Amino acid sequence: MRKLPATPRVAEYVGMLAVLVLLVALFSGLSGHFFSRITFTTLANQIPALTVIAVGMTLVLIVAGIDLSVGSVMALGAAVLAVARVEWQLPLPLAILLCLSAGLLAGVGNGFITVRWAIPSFIVTLGMLEIARGGAYVVTESRSVFVGAAMDAVGMPLPAIGVSPAFICAVLIVVAGQVLLSRTILGRHMVAIGTNPEAVRLSGIDPRPVIVTVFALSGLLSGVAGVFHVAYLESADPNAGIGLELSAIAAVVIGGTSLMGGRGSVVSSFLGVLIIAVLQTGLAQIGATEPTKRIVTGAVIVAAVILDAYRRTLRDRRQIES
Amino acid sequence: MMPEGRAREPVLRVRGVDKRYAAPVLTRVDFDLREGEVHAVMGANGAGKSTLTRIICGLTAPDRGTMTLAGDRYAPRTRRDAQRSGVQLVMQELNLVPTLSVAENLFLTDLPSRFGFVSSARLLAKAKAALSVVGLSELDPRLTVGRLGIGHQQLVAVASALAHPCRVLVLDEPTAALTDSDIELAFARLRALRAAGTAILYISHRLEEIQRIADRITVLRDGRVVATRPAAGVSLDDMVQLMVGERALEALDQREHARGEVALRVEALSRGRRVRNVAFDVRRGEIFGLAGLVGSGRTETLRAIFGADRPQRGRVSRGAGPPLRIRGPQDAVRAGIGMVPEDRKEAILHSQPVRVNMTLAVLRAFARARWWIDRTGEVRAAADLRTRLDVRSRSLDQPAGELSGGNQQKVVIARWLLRDCGVLLFDEPTRGIDVSAKIAVYRVLNELAAAGKALVVVSSELPELMALCDRIGVMSGGRLVATFARGQWSQETIVAAAFSEYAGRRDNTRGSH
Repeated sequence: MRKLPATPRVAEYVGMLAVLVLLVALFSGLSGHFFSRITFTTLANQIPALTVIAVGMTLVLIVAGIDLSVGSVMALGAAVLAVARVEWQLPLPLAILLCLSAGLLAGVGNGFITVRWAIPSFIVTLGMLEIARGGAYVVTESRSVFVGAAMDAVGMPLPAIGVSPAFICAVLIVVAGQVLLSRTILGRHMVAIGTNPEAVRLSGIDPRPVIVTVFALSGLLSGVAGVFHVAYLESADPNAGIGLELSAIAAVVIGGTSLMGGRGSVVSSFLGVLIIAVLQTGLAQIGATEPTKRIVTGAVIVAAVILDAYRRTLRDRRQIES
Repeated sequence: MMPEGRAREPVLRVRGVDKRYAAPVLTRVDFDLREGEVHAVMGANGAGKSTLTRIICGLTAPDRGTMTLAGDRYAPRTRRDAQRSGVQLVMQELNLVPTLSVAENLFLTDLPSRFGFVSSARLLAKAKAALSVVGLSELDPRLTVGRLGIGHQQLVAVASALAHPCRVLVLDEPTAALTDSDIELAFARLRALRAAGTAILYISHRLEEIQRIADRITVLRDGRVVATRPAAGVSLDDMVQLMVGERALEALDQREHARGEVALRVEALSRGRRVRNVAFDVRRGEIFGLAGLVGSGRTETLRAIFGADRPQRGRVSRGAGPPLRIRGPQDAVRAGIGMVPEDRKEAILHSQPVRVNMTLAVLRAFARARWWIDRTGEVRAAADLRTRLDVRSRSLDQPAGELSGGNQQKVVIARWLLRDCGVLLFDEPTRGIDVSAKIAVYRVLNELAAAGKALVVVSSELPELMALCDRIGVMSGGRLVATFARGQWSQETIVAAAFSEYAGRRDNTRGSH
């Protein structure tokens, strides 16, 4: 009997972990303050929103779609949450539920329109990007809504470990996302659809509900990001999350997920988020200017993808040799 | 069929070529291709014919050995090198851009231009001329290639090769997608080229064709040349024996033709011009063949039954059961109908492991608590199937796209074996696969019928249908024009029926019952 294939192969992550360690070592060398508990906990508490959005984005890219609306949907969710709590005086759980529902609704809309009229998701979610942003302005009347300490329980660091419940939640969502992808039938169908949707259809599996589910998850996770966002900033800004879709796509692509669909890993996307975050924080600490930060980040994204392509050909060659 | 009188110099000489990847693929291969001959290279999968072809066409470099072209040293390093030297390749896997027009595909590498703009008028004129060479003079060169049937696409690929200077023409399975009449056309054209002195290297799994068109054959087995001899006087079984090393065709026995109750009933099925009022029954344990020309509606009929394209009218039912409501393949599969499509690219997940491809349709069967994949069960089932169908792959985790066509086909068939469908629709199940894989597929079809499945098999190879089927229905112009029972058919009657709807429009009221 042959050995069972291990699901998320550790080898797959070695390269990215190495890059991460390298970056940390580099910045520790360049700045005396970098390698400290406070740096890492601060960093951890900044990334929950991007992390959960990257999880959703990974799934969307795997089915060969794209979701450009995540940043706006997050802002919409955050706006709904803040207004429900502050102006309508709803209890917090209900306000959070409304926020998640707004995200879910946007995601289901994205997915439904994409499959019903066979429109590229790029276009559909570009439309949703505008709609949700407009929605956020309407809900907040174009003003920041201050929430205060109501959500500190989610966003504030736990004294014992220094990271917030939001971060722990985000990590659990990463784990759940990876399990969904590699252990469940739904996950297998996602990968198959991203590889060859016609083959999936001719195997008697209707790809459409799967695709709607994926966009719904992405929307829901954008809603979750909205909750984290409000908890972290103690307010909801209708302009929040502009360009967040690009950060998420960058993180996911650094993680080796293919824009063409059919290949990807949620854990790798998380490592991609960490790499971007370490880079940002490190560059800030060594006093790099904003333009420098952007140039370096951009270069790292491209380099990571080149590295991934290179690693892939190496592996393929090894397989052919063996 | 030796061309007369010409002094036939070896235009291409291959001497002592070795190539190894992990294991030796080619060992001390000598090969001569003469001016004005059709030289068939034969062999089972893995025998090394594609590697030899790749070396000749500049796609792979040999480890050792030399080649000369018209006396000069010939060592192409890219396909472009080879093309510039006049070595043109038409591949089995079509090398066309589906979104471009026929004309643009024909002259993709050297579009006629004026000041950097494509000159449409000249392009069209050149395209028309190139197409007439392969007998497609009625085809509009402005059509998008993706809209053509595979048969026409194949001819466009041949036309594209011939549209460039061509000393050596390498044809890899050129007729895989063609029907008999198209093949006649292609052969007539090949003979004309041969008479004009072109050296043609011909690779095909269709042995009858090789007998008809080839002047000489070279047989490869396990990377070595086992024979080079004149094609005349080599029987089909001789060829198989040379390739496989044993008399395999004789081993393909006839099956018991027991019949059960009706398993699939198709009534008044219609969709567009390709499926007109088609009706037939298939019983348990029966293999029902569908013969006809490319474009006669065989593929479309299968797709309509399966719900891959929704029929406009008609009923499909399982035996005496109520009509099925088929809105898509998922409904057909639920009703126990499976389909192996004509184009393997439509069925295979290229980058995914063999195991994933095999279990795609049946993941639910390996579900624990509805959601979770039972990996142990999945691996065990895939391993069983791999053994049962003799799928040649490195492991269950090898990407299916890396397998040969025959092994990919076995993987697609495996998918439906796991699903345990009562009705299986096969569209050209042996197209473009090698002789040993074909024999394996025949064996599986026989086993399935013996196990009480109802099979519908579309094939353009009549000898194949006549060997396999209990009954053969013939389609012509979208209608099922005739059905023959075993023993009542002949190649001539079937071909005559296949042309019936195209020859004169008066007598096209023959319905199908």
